[in-house]
Amino acid sequence: MYLCDMKVGNKAIVKKIVANDNIKRRLLDIGLIEGTNVECVLKSPFNDPTAYLIRGAIIAIRKEDCDKIEVDII
Amino acid sequence: MKIIALAGNPNVGKSTVFNSLTGLHQHTGNWPGKTVSNASGMFKYNNKDYKIYDLPGTYSLISHSEEEEVARDFICFNKYDLVIVVCDAVCLERNLNLVLQTLEITKKVIVCVNLMDEAKKKKINIDLNKLSNILGVPVVGTSARNKNGINELLNNLENTNFNPIEIKYDDKVEEAIDILLPYLEDKTKDLNPRWGAINLINYEESLYKKITNYLGYDLLEDKIIKNQLIYIKEEGNYNIADSIVKKAEEIAKEVVTYENKNYKQKDLKIDKITTSKLFGIPLIIALLMVIFWLTIKGANYPSDLLFQFFSYLEIHILNFLEFLKFPQFLIDLLISGVYKVLTWVVAVMLPPMAIFFPLFTLLEDLGYLPRIAFNLDKMFKKCRACGKQALTMCMGFGCNAVGVSGARIIDSPRERLIAILTNVFVPCNGRFPTMITLITIFFVGINGNSFLSVIILTLVILLGFLLTFLASYILSKTILKGVPSSFTLELPPYRKPQIGKVIIRSIFDRTLFVLSRAVIVAVPAGALIWLLANLHINDISLLNHISSFLDPFGKLIGMDGVILISFILGFPANEIVIPIMLMTYMATGNLVEYESLESLRSILVNNGWTVITAICVLIFSLCHFPCSTTCLTIKKETGSLKWTLLAIIIPTLIGIILCFLINNISNFI
Repeated sequence: MYLCDMKVGNKAIVKKIVANDNIKRRLLDIGLIEGTNVECVLKSPFNDPTAYLIRGAIIAIRKEDCDKIEVDII
Repeated sequence: MKIIALAGNPNVGKSTVFNSLTGLHQHTGNWPGKTVSNASGMFKYNNKDYKIYDLPGTYSLISHSEEEEVARDFICFNKYDLVIVVCDAVCLERNLNLVLQTLEITKKVIVCVNLMDEAKKKKINIDLNKLSNILGVPVVGTSARNKNGINELLNNLENTNFNPIEIKYDDKVEEAIDILLPYLEDKTKDLNPRWGAINLINYEESLYKKITNYLGYDLLEDKIIKNQLIYIKEEGNYNIADSIVKKAEEIAKEVVTYENKNYKQKDLKIDKITTSKLFGIPLIIALLMVIFWLTIKGANYPSDLLFQFFSYLEIHILNFLEFLKFPQFLIDLLISGVYKVLTWVVAVMLPPMAIFFPLFTLLEDLGYLPRIAFNLDKMFKKCRACGKQALTMCMGFGCNAVGVSGARIIDSPRERLIAILTNVFVPCNGRFPTMITLITIFFVGINGNSFLSVIILTLVILLGFLLTFLASYILSKTILKGVPSSFTLELPPYRKPQIGKVIIRSIFDRTLFVLSRAVIVAVPAGALIWLLANLHINDISLLNHISSFLDPFGKLIGMDGVILISFILGFPANEIVIPIMLMTYMATGNLVEYESLESLRSILVNNGWTVITAICVLIFSLCHFPCSTTCLTIKKETGSLKWTLLAIIIPTLIGIILCFLINNISNFI
């Protein structure tokens, strides 16, 4: 399952990030690495981007970036 | 004098800390959430002088955007005595990343955990002593908005108790560092050799070039270092960055306790509405309309008062100048030229700005603006642009020049250029008064319903949005080809705005800042216009010569030569477009008395204005070349004449095409 498949209210742990360095670095900035807990909290009016609770902050990420992040639902 | 650098994530109240250390007015012209460059300020404490630099907000020292690079370069290569890293107490874990990264570069760090009041409200407890023990540097808790903890921060400025932790990487990385370290120790000057080693292992070109520049030589030219690095790189990938995130997580677990795990719920409840399918977009439009309505409604009366005051003052100044026996020519130039244009600009601009800016700052302080970007991002993505462009557009409402420099928050250079080139489609405060005046006298009626004015104004602005999307899309498909880059946007917690401070800040930092700039150009513009209107060739003024030259083209696009010359002369500041028009129409060589909107209407109608003319002027006011300040800012931000010219050509061309179409279609009908 990927980050973009999560529904509002779902919680998950990041399993793998398959993205280029640029995206990886951006995700790293917000503390999103393998093993991080995430919770899907908001969908925007057009369903994209989606906001996630990551290390205490709410961060919006676009679908194009989310679908490179594999997660395990908990 | 001691030099202090102030670093921190975006939105942690860094500028508030800066202001409480230096006094309120050091940050003139700065827009919250947006330290444009390294603002600096001075202060004295315990008879010592300090100079403090407010660095742009940054998540990490691995830079992506130009703003972040400014912050990183300062911390890495500038001379300073101390770095204060400001953290958000509510979200300490993520903020610790920056602290740890900074500690790798310098040990002279004080950690300022700000927003302690908010953390307390959310029942988040932070053990500051423990944090200080773990990090090995002084830690101070503050609530800068209420000045709490600032004294303690000041008391710690001379604290030199630095014994920072060393971040341990995984064994593989540590081995690699150990291999390089002996060769680097006497080669990195005052840079931390361990940090140098990490940067060699985790090679990043732009930073490496800066290091080479700083040292004056290329570390990799040293054969031994180069060979060791080749050997290290053969061992595969090194996971450096994750270690810092994990360390931050570990420290946060030690020092932060949550009494209420669901502290986010209240904000999320509000967000569920403000970003919902049903209300998300309508709410943006409704809020815009409310702000416009309050601005239009509230500005009328004070505007009239100002006009009355200025015309009362004019008689006295006139008498005084005559008493001083000034030559008539000079009196006319000063009163009919300079004074009239200047007072017009103040009377027309000041009231709407003094209402608009505080209202807008209120929305900003509340934390609503990032939600707009969140709601609209998909539309920007469709145009292959960045959702943060919505934020630069918001800034554009105040002043396009600010919107242009604000585009630095966009990381991708391509998307940033799109935001810069299209910002002018958002009407700034200098253009609102013109639009509102025209809407009032031609569409609504002078005693008409102000709500109708608001609806028309909103439609004009929505047209501006549409043009922004269209222009962004076309740019992305042509000269700025590319796909949207990755995008993350933080939705910070809602904060209760401090009404008093919002008013003070928006009046001093914004209203007076923008107004003073307009006033500065109004003075020479007033003199120039008066001269053009009063210097005659063949009994016709220069101004009329030029306007009749432009007239055929003006007529073609639904306007006339006078309107075009007004827009051209209004290049320094759009506020003076209507006064120039009036001066030229009257051909009396000076601004007519602005007795009422009624007299304005009759002057325009007597000079052949129809509803179509008014529509065309409205449209052209929305899309034409940016004002001189904005053009200069675009030149500065893009560093290129080509992009500046494009920023002038694109909106002007669109404006001409639209007006041409409107004029010709209406002729058909």
